[in-house]
Amino acid sequence: MDWIQILSNTVESILSPVTFAFVLASLGLAMHFGFAGLLNFGIAGFMAIGAYGYAISVLRFDLPWWGGMLVSIAAAIVFAILLGAPTLRLRGDYLAIVTIAAAEIARLLFLTNTFDDFTGSASGLFGYHDSFRAANPIPEGTYGFGPFTYSETDWWVRIFALAVLAVVIWLLWALSRSPWGRVIKGIREDEDAVRALGKNVFAYKMQALIIGGVFGAMGGVVYALPSAVNPTVYVTSLTFFIWTALLLGGAATVFGPVLGSIIFWVLQAFLTNVLPALAQEGGILESLTSQQASTLRFILVGIGLMLIVIYRPQGIAGDKRELTFVK
Amino acid sequence: MQLSKTRKRAVSVIAALFAAIMLLLALPVSATADEVGTEFDDRVFGNVKLDGESLGGVEITVRGNGYEASTVTGDDGRWVIGVPERGAYEVILNEETLPPGIAVVEDGGPIKQIEFGLTGTVVTNYFIGEGERTAVGLWPQFFTRLVYGINFGLMLALASVGLSLVFGTTKLSNFAHAEMVTLGAVVALFFASLDINPFLGIILAVAVSGFAGFAQDVVIWRPLRRKGLGIVQLMIVSIGLALTMRYVFQFFIGGSTSQLPSLGGESFKLFGTLTLSTTDIASMGISIVVLIAFALWLTMTKTGKATRAISDNIDLAAASGIDVDRVIRYVWITASALAGLGGILWAYFRPGIKWDMGEKILLLIFAAVVLGGLGTAFGALIGALIVGIMVETSTLILAPDIKYVGALIVLIGVLLVKPTGLLGTKERIG
Repeated sequence: MDWIQILSNTVESILSPVTFAFVLASLGLAMHFGFAGLLNFGIAGFMAIGAYGYAISVLRFDLPWWGGMLVSIAAAIVFAILLGAPTLRLRGDYLAIVTIAAAEIARLLFLTNTFDDFTGSASGLFGYHDSFRAANPIPEGTYGFGPFTYSETDWWVRIFALAVLAVVIWLLWALSRSPWGRVIKGIREDEDAVRALGKNVFAYKMQALIIGGVFGAMGGVVYALPSAVNPTVYVTSLTFFIWTALLLGGAATVFGPVLGSIIFWVLQAFLTNVLPALAQEGGILESLTSQQASTLRFILVGIGLMLIVIYRPQGIAGDKRELTFVK
Repeated sequence: MQLSKTRKRAVSVIAALFAAIMLLLALPVSATADEVGTEFDDRVFGNVKLDGESLGGVEITVRGNGYEASTVTGDDGRWVIGVPERGAYEVILNEETLPPGIAVVEDGGPIKQIEFGLTGTVVTNYFIGEGERTAVGLWPQFFTRLVYGINFGLMLALASVGLSLVFGTTKLSNFAHAEMVTLGAVVALFFASLDINPFLGIILAVAVSGFAGFAQDVVIWRPLRRKGLGIVQLMIVSIGLALTMRYVFQFFIGGSTSQLPSLGGESFKLFGTLTLSTTDIASMGISIVVLIAFALWLTMTKTGKATRAISDNIDLAAASGIDVDRVIRYVWITASALAGLGGILWAYFRPGIKWDMGEKILLLIFAAVVLGGLGTAFGALIGALIVGIMVETSTLILAPDIKYVGALIVLIGVLLVKPTGLLGTKERIG
């Protein structure tokens, strides 16, 4: 077994755009669930809207890359308002079912042949990179060291994603310790108490939903930046994986989602490389096909999610005193 | 079919209108002319000819395995439809698009059942000549869809009443319930591979599903109830369980679609385009019998009454001497066995067993349960029938690949307008 290669692939996943997309989306969920107590199970829908919003406006309406991103953000705001206006008064688990259904509706509408001219239906969208790559200030060539050796395009995607990430982390951190953030956390702990203080609970929840939704949409954009928009990505499983990453790190923290997403993807990358190798070269997994061996890692995600929620609901970085699971 | 002249005209006007609407809806599809689904490797194709002359503009639809695509033949009479996987499909030729007086003249009419063999292509051709058409006007189509919808709704009902009971007694929105649907089908597939009598295999599979429900309660849910986990935490645990089970299924049966052995029997052409096989009819019969038995259990037996008492008020039920844990255990067994049976029937209805088949209908199950009223078993039954019929009949107006959207919109709408559902009692849920 080529351990050097496996470890190199594993370490490489730290700087992968998919990891960054996960971090962004789980930061959005942290805003929704961790800080405001909103059970949003439609984060994959926000990501889909971000990705499609960007790709469609660049491909079909010839907008520049930054215009596409603005469209994504606007679309996420509209989606959040549509979703939130009627549902934010519902009890937690009802909100979960509504958001998961809304995300599924969005995905099916992106997938259907009916809007093929815009969405590319089952084949998705690709070839929208020219404008973004043209803005790349890095001269042509290959840079970096070890596993982190990329072309100028790959670096541009990563640097841009890191910049977005930095802004989002700063924003979440600043918001969470602002007066606004304290009201939001108050709503999470006891909605009625905050209402009794004369705050407009609905408006605060809506603001939280919009801000988190925009983070999620930027996650979708970052996911789409290096390659293509593929409708099979934005399924409910994606939502569940992001929840796993969030709860692993700690929902009611700023650092937790970052940590959780990175751990999630480093583990995924490690298992993706190691399990098929174990199956091929004998050892404990000898009797498995490599397909079966790589399915094992998703089984582990499911078991991991159960164990986290039961035994450490506050996550790695969380504080047990912060009630993230309101009864 | 003898129709008076005026009625015939009316029917053809309706049919033409309908065809126009369908054409309008199908426009983005037919814009690509005679080939659709070219992103897939596996193809169904054919050549529509009348007495050696190629026929253009004939509409062909391929449906099955949750996939549906239509195309219109080119001037050379050719059509190609790509499909996502090798499996069993239904190929339908729309006779309305044939020249006047021309119809499909072979047994089975314009609908053919095809199945992929070892290669990635299937040729499907029709014998076309002068003859009497199978009517595919609006009403026959609607009627066909209605019957399919009832069939689908009954299967959904088997899955939904269980979810509703579990919610009623434990307040758990169980996202892993759809995996019990898959489990039934997968276990039936396992028994089929042992070459035992298929009917015995189905009964055993239902028994295994029931046992899985029992095991779930003993290993996971009862300890967690004791631990006092909140409803949100329990819900996320069920999501974790759903992910685990789903990928365990994939681990064992892979990513492809498998088939249960045919139960024999034949197809009956009943009305217009409505063709039902013995299996379809038997499956509807089984669903109805089982659902009635379930209803009797719930209303007549002591355990059934205790179940409803717990759904109404758990503390009061416990105080009046009901063994809550025991009843909840029965609820888990019943719910899982019913879901498993639903999965087996569904595998016959939409031919094929796939590791994520349950996930595909999870939200429809939720829609049925919510529509009927969370926690009310009879509500779930009615909700499931409505959702099933709605999903199937909506394809008359909507493109088939967004037929679930309607049901999901209803799900959201009901939660907003009347969160207690059709049969639910008033409760503060805001």
